Amino acid sequence: MTLSISLTVNGLARSITLDDPRVTLLDLLRERLDLTGAKKGCDRGQCGACTILVNGRRINACLALALSYDGADILTIEGVAQGDELHPVQSAFIDHDALQCGFCTPGQIMSVIGLLREAQTGNDPERIREAMSGNLCRCGAYIGITEAVLDAQNRMADAEGHR
Amino acid sequence: MNHFEYAKPTTIAEAIKLGQASGAAFLAGGTNLLDLMKGGVTHPGSLIDIAHLPGLDIIETLGDGSVRIGALVRNADLAHDPDFAKKFPAIAEALLSGASAQLRNVATVGGNLLQRTRCAYFYDLASACNKRAPGAGCDARGGENRGHAVLGWSEACIATNPSDFCVPLAALDAVVEIDGPAGRRDIPFEQFHQLPGTTPERETALAPGELIIAVRLPATAAEFAAHARYVKLRERTSYAFAVVSAVAALRFDGPTIGEARLALGSVAAKPWRAHAAEAVLVGGKPSADNFRRAAEAALADAKPSGANEAKIELARRILVRACTLAALGTPERIPALPASPFATPAGAIIHD
Repeated sequence: MTLSISLTVNGLARSITLDDPRVTLLDLLRERLDLTGAKKGCDRGQCGACTILVNGRRINACLALALSYDGADILTIEGVAQGDELHPVQSAFIDHDALQCGFCTPGQIMSVIGLLREAQTGNDPERIREAMSGNLCRCGAYIGITEAVLDAQNRMADAEGHR
Repeated sequence: MNHFEYAKPTTIAEAIKLGQASGAAFLAGGTNLLDLMKGGVTHPGSLIDIAHLPGLDIIETLGDGSVRIGALVRNADLAHDPDFAKKFPAIAEALLSGASAQLRNVATVGGNLLQRTRCAYFYDLASACNKRAPGAGCDARGGENRGHAVLGWSEACIATNPSDFCVPLAALDAVVEIDGPAGRRDIPFEQFHQLPGTTPERETALAPGELIIAVRLPATAAEFAAHARYVKLRERTSYAFAVVSAVAALRFDGPTIGEARLALGSVAAKPWRAHAAEAVLVGGKPSADNFRRAAEAALADAKPSGANEAKIELARRILVRACTLAALGTPERIPALPASPFATPAGAIIHD
């Protein structure tokens, strides 16, 4: 059985033929599209390392069957910078030491971008921590991550204000 | 994960037809089903992908004032719908206390009703489990069972239903709309989930091939909006299943309670509506003594299924807490930590 889907991945239209219906979005990105930014941590929806945006919303790519996402617009960590210019959330993670080993970081950053689009937390650190609870960090960079979210949110609001 | 056939029907009728095949399973968000398949706990021969069926992702108010939630509405969309959250704040709070933001963006209303237990022995293929393999036995009975059922359990199964969303739905007299080979029918929420008895593999009233279309809340369910809270005790503050949870929804006639709706979560194989406890509260004042008497009534039939006697008193106290918070009034906005026993507004009595 061959199964075909179309996806937009980081702005590029991709036509994909699958020989197996079991392929998840995570495996598709990592094994077939050479986009290894999204990480396979638990592969069971518990750690958040595979977080990507689908149609603007953050999801766990490991629990998404690729076939079910025909036509979707996908954004991964590889697609968030503008050329050499980092996304404000990426810059804020560096400035606030919001990582140590870095394994969870692509998922953390995609989750933060999703969180900012959801616009539910404001600048309340407690709401930010709650909204980030689906991303585990074994190095324990949580304090820096929360600071980075607050800072990135301010930078993006400022940039918006200067337009 | 086992190999499976994949089908993507475009109409409900086609989905139902495909869903009648032996070994077929409906796939919506997939957050529970794919996890179970990866663990080898379930192995459907075919997946019927219903995630894109038209018309099932709508929240609408019907002519009689009831609110109809399509089965494919995502948990996050329901919880963040301003009109819905205003009418049914305890449901929004319950939804936001469950899973993670990523999972809530995908998990559906229908899928939440059908999620499987989180009993570790159900997930562990090396353990005996009557739910996974009928007749195999139950290793939970003599195992790590401090989180297991204290109400409605049987010798065959002591697993609990892990849903947060289903607890306020049970309290508020929701109705589950079904479509299937024999046509459409409604199931009152309390009759949807089944107690294990001798057939713990049978968890709901759904017949083979039947599909959840929507969940409906009667207009009267919105009358509790000013005094409705969900409280969830967890082993960590966020992103954890309940040890026990409770919803309290009160309607006041002046200073006395005119009507009460109470239910407990994670204490049984189904969300546990506490009718006897509701009767205790009606006509009385919202006092600590009355809430405690109601909690005693709610757990009157409880008995430990293992080393979990503590859960009975925890359930009483969480129910008292939910009543206390509900009586104080629904907060303007859902707290930063939804349903947390630690997020207590000023003036609430935490310890007596």
